[in-house]
Amino acid sequence: MAKTMPKVDVVLVGFGWTGAILAQQLCDAGLTVLALERASARTTPLNWATTFDQDELRYMWRHHLFQNVKYSTLTFRNNVSQKALPMRRLGSFLPGTGVGGAGIHWNGQIWRWLETDFKLKSHNEAHYGKQSTAGLTLQDMPLSYKELEPFYDMFDRICGTSGQAGNLKGAKQAGGNPFEGPRSAPYPTPPLPMTYGPKLFEQAAASMGLHPFPHPAGNLSQAYTNPLGMQLGKCTFCGFCEKFGCGNYSKASPQTTLIPYILTKPNFELRTEAEVLKIERTPDGRHATGVTYIDAAGAEYFQPAEIVALTAYQLHNVHLMLVSGIGQPYDPATGKGVVGKNYCYQTMSSVDVFFDDKLLNPFIGAGALASVIDDYNGDNFDHSGLGFIGGAYIAGMITVARPIEMVRVPDGVPKWGLEWKRAGTKYYLRNMAISVHGSSYSQAGNYLSLDPTYKDQFGRPMLRMTFDFPDNDLKMAKYCTDRAAEIAKNMGASHVRPKARQGPYDITHYQTTHNVGGTMMGASPADSVVNKYSQSWDVPNLFVTGAGLYPQNPGYNPTGTLAALAFLTADAIKTRYVKALGAPLVTA
Amino acid sequence: MAKGPGHKVNRRELLALSAAIGTAGAAEALSRHDGLLGGPSRRYTNTLPWEDGLTDAPDAADAGGWHYLNDGEVGFLTAAVDRLIPPDPTGPSASEAGVVVFLDRQLAGDYGNGAHFFLEGPWQEGTESQGYQSRFTPAQFYRHSITAIEQAVGRSEKGKAFKDVPADKQDALLKQMESGDLKLEGPITSKAFFTMFLQNVLEGYFSDPIYGGNKDGAAWKMIGFPGAHYDYSEWVTAYNKPVPGEPVGLRGRPAWERG
Ligand SMILES: Cc1cc2nc3c(=O)[nH]c(=O)nc-3n(C[C@H](O)[C@H](O)[C@H](O)COP(=O)(O)OP(=O)(O)OC[C@H]3O[C@@H](n4cnc5c(N)ncnc54)[C@H](O)[C@@H]3O)c2cc1C
Ligand code: SF4
Repeated sequence: MAKTMPKVDVVLVGFGWTGAILAQQLCDAGLTVLALERASARTTPLNWATTFDQDELRYMWRHHLFQNVKYSTLTFRNNVSQKALPMRRLGSFLPGTGVGGAGIHWNGQIWRWLETDFKLKSHNEAHYGKQSTAGLTLQDMPLSYKELEPFYDMFDRICGTSGQAGNLKGAKQAGGNPFEGPRSAPYPTPPLPMTYGPKLFEQAAASMGLHPFPHPAGNLSQAYTNPLGMQLGKCTFCGFCEKFGCGNYSKASPQTTLIPYILTKPNFELRTEAEVLKIERTPDGRHATGVTYIDAAGAEYFQPAEIVALTAYQLHNVHLMLVSGIGQPYDPATGKGVVGKNYCYQTMSSVDVFFDDKLLNPFIGAGALASVIDDYNGDNFDHSGLGFIGGAYIAGMITVARPIEMVRVPDGVPKWGLEWKRAGTKYYLRNMAISVHGSSYSQAGNYLSLDPTYKDQFGRPMLRMTFDFPDNDLKMAKYCTDRAAEIAKNMGASHVRPKARQGPYDITHYQTTHNVGGTMMGASPADSVVNKYSQSWDVPNLFVTGAGLYPQNPGYNPTGTLAALAFLTADAIKTRYVKALGAPLVTA
Repeated sequence: MAKGPGHKVNRRELLALSAAIGTAGAAEALSRHDGLLGGPSRRYTNTLPWEDGLTDAPDAADAGGWHYLNDGEVGFLTAAVDRLIPPDPTGPSASEAGVVVFLDRQLAGDYGNGAHFFLEGPWQEGTESQGYQSRFTPAQFYRHSITAIEQAVGRSEKGKAFKDVPADKQDALLKQMESGDLKLEGPITSKAFFTMFLQNVLEGYFSDPIYGGNKDGAAWKMIGFPGAHYDYSEWVTAYNKPVPGEPVGLRGRPAWERG
């Protein structure tokens, strides 16, 4: 029998980026908040100190900070005709586990969506006709860029984001992204300086009439104190950023921007080694009573709460919805149901660039150190006659040169042997990759569901992922990668290797940890799981955060937008929901 | 004794807890959560998490002897890794850099035991995009693979072991493994083995010297990677100029130890 714990106002399921945002906002509003985190507490001095953080083998290849598939995995297949098999080893994506979630080992690339990304379906159909979205299951967001902007700004101020605005309250700013929506304020800190590789990209792109700007970065260009009094240090370009924690307190993370503040609140408790198994409800199913969780000794507890917020990572949020039986699971055969629908990813391509005569020192890097163009993203360029919609940002990026992974050789050189050794040695300091960070649009056959065969360690069906790249996205990838290769050639490269993403989707190679959809937000319960406040249509005291809210994935990293949506949710809870407990904030 | 909320488990208690749970036959519970204690939830209010003596620094590879590999495997691996990364004036060969020691320590430890693999059934062959579908831990995977490879080599090379065939023949055999053309008996394909093997060799050659490979940081020196630095502020805009100095590892430089 599960032991019943004292009731709280709000229970958070998971304590990464969105859990920390809700905790801070709701504690400050006076609610009692309990965060349940499945793994352990982690801190900078104990877990990624500068004395031992620079360890590619342990952190990257031995997955030291990542979710361990031994305890938590999923099954995967490319399409419904295949049998899904377990992901027996992490590869394509690297979710976090433990306090801070993936917000510890992320890069800190902080993006906002374009204004048109919020009305993707209607915008494209208005401009390119209904056939432009045929075969895709796109949906508009139930809110606009303008409504979300104050919360984007809040996240930037929490992180201290380094960057150059391109649009301040409608006025274009030189050196920034000319395509971005209006910002209410400049970035809190100036952009990072460019290392040589990104500089060459910037010069080449500018000479071609494109619009390069410094990539917005959660790796801070200077010391910064955020509105909560949390202090961040200046980034030292250590290059152990993506897939590592930051030993310098220079990378915005839940630990550096929010958690120490939250832990001073008497109305907050963090409980670690507490994995939530299920959301419990009243017999009519309309009200969440709390959650059941299990500790690391195998003891089960029932945690009652007035409000339940699913702040686990996207994959786990969808899984918890399905195993708790909340909402109708999506069925691709009939098109009915919404939970698990519109699972999307990110269509990542790249161009390897080799120089014979330039020393790039690529080990000098930071998670978001890049010069980037947005000319080929979203609908920033005319898609007439191209046969696809969507796009990518193209970034001359050097975040790191981890030698196990990044001793790259030009085409024609074998992958091992003497020739490889000599070419690898020659080019290690003389190559970089241009990243082509493409959109991922929904189609009917891509979805998340419960696996009929495989069970997890708690006896629940595993989550099953069915995914392959839509034709639309592969065409987009080819087009945008060709554009990136043109820039590469203008950088004075001696070898250019375009690597446009090709199908089938392969779960073994790292692409991004940008898994989205499955608990999408929308205008009505018929086509979404939650309303624009991330409130469940079926269970009004249940809120869901994260990239699962996206009906499709624009060509940007997800965290800027999902963090802004979490601030908006917190705002709705503290200003409106607490005055009308149990009531829907949007009438269906 | 009951402990109040906010009490944090120290290393001694942790061991006691593990022992208690172990004897209760609930060893599984110990490992329910990655890297965790097998105890009750820890609770934090009004306090930052801190564990005396639990800094999560890495464990270095042990010195001396073979911990997992048998003589035949050492023979095969020493020969094979030196075809993947042969000696030449550019830098050390893989075995000179300690890669076989690295592989041995990795296979004897968490990696070899599959600490980060899901190995439960049912097992079934999948597509390439579904990835590793073996029931073997990496340690078992190496043992089965090397046995099967030596059998195949013995058949084609008149009973010789891999290490005893000429270098150009070894290269040809490795290429057949890379493509999967070398047919092996049993459930493992030569291609699957080669993929894991090449990755592990690169890991050994280029990882921090504390893990047994990359002896004296020689592989880093060869390519020009400065190692475990944390601050490059000075060189960010020093375009096209070499960053001076010898590589440094987590434990420092060889010169620091040898005076
Ligand atoms: C290598 C890497 C690089 C990235 N780089 C970028 C980037 O540059 N820009 C960007 O925008 N995004 C990036 N991301 C993605 C980013 O990390 C995520 O979007 C972000 O962390 C999501 O926040 P979240 O709150 O939804 O989930 P998380 O921050 O992952 O937090 C979820 C937490 O919930 C816990 N949890 C899960 N299930 C349970 C359960 N059942 N019970 C209790 N707790 C549970 C997890 O352990 C975890 O701590 C990157 C990710 C990775 C892995
Ligand atoms: S590159 Fe900068 S932000 Fe990233 S881990 Fe290093 S010091 Fe921290």
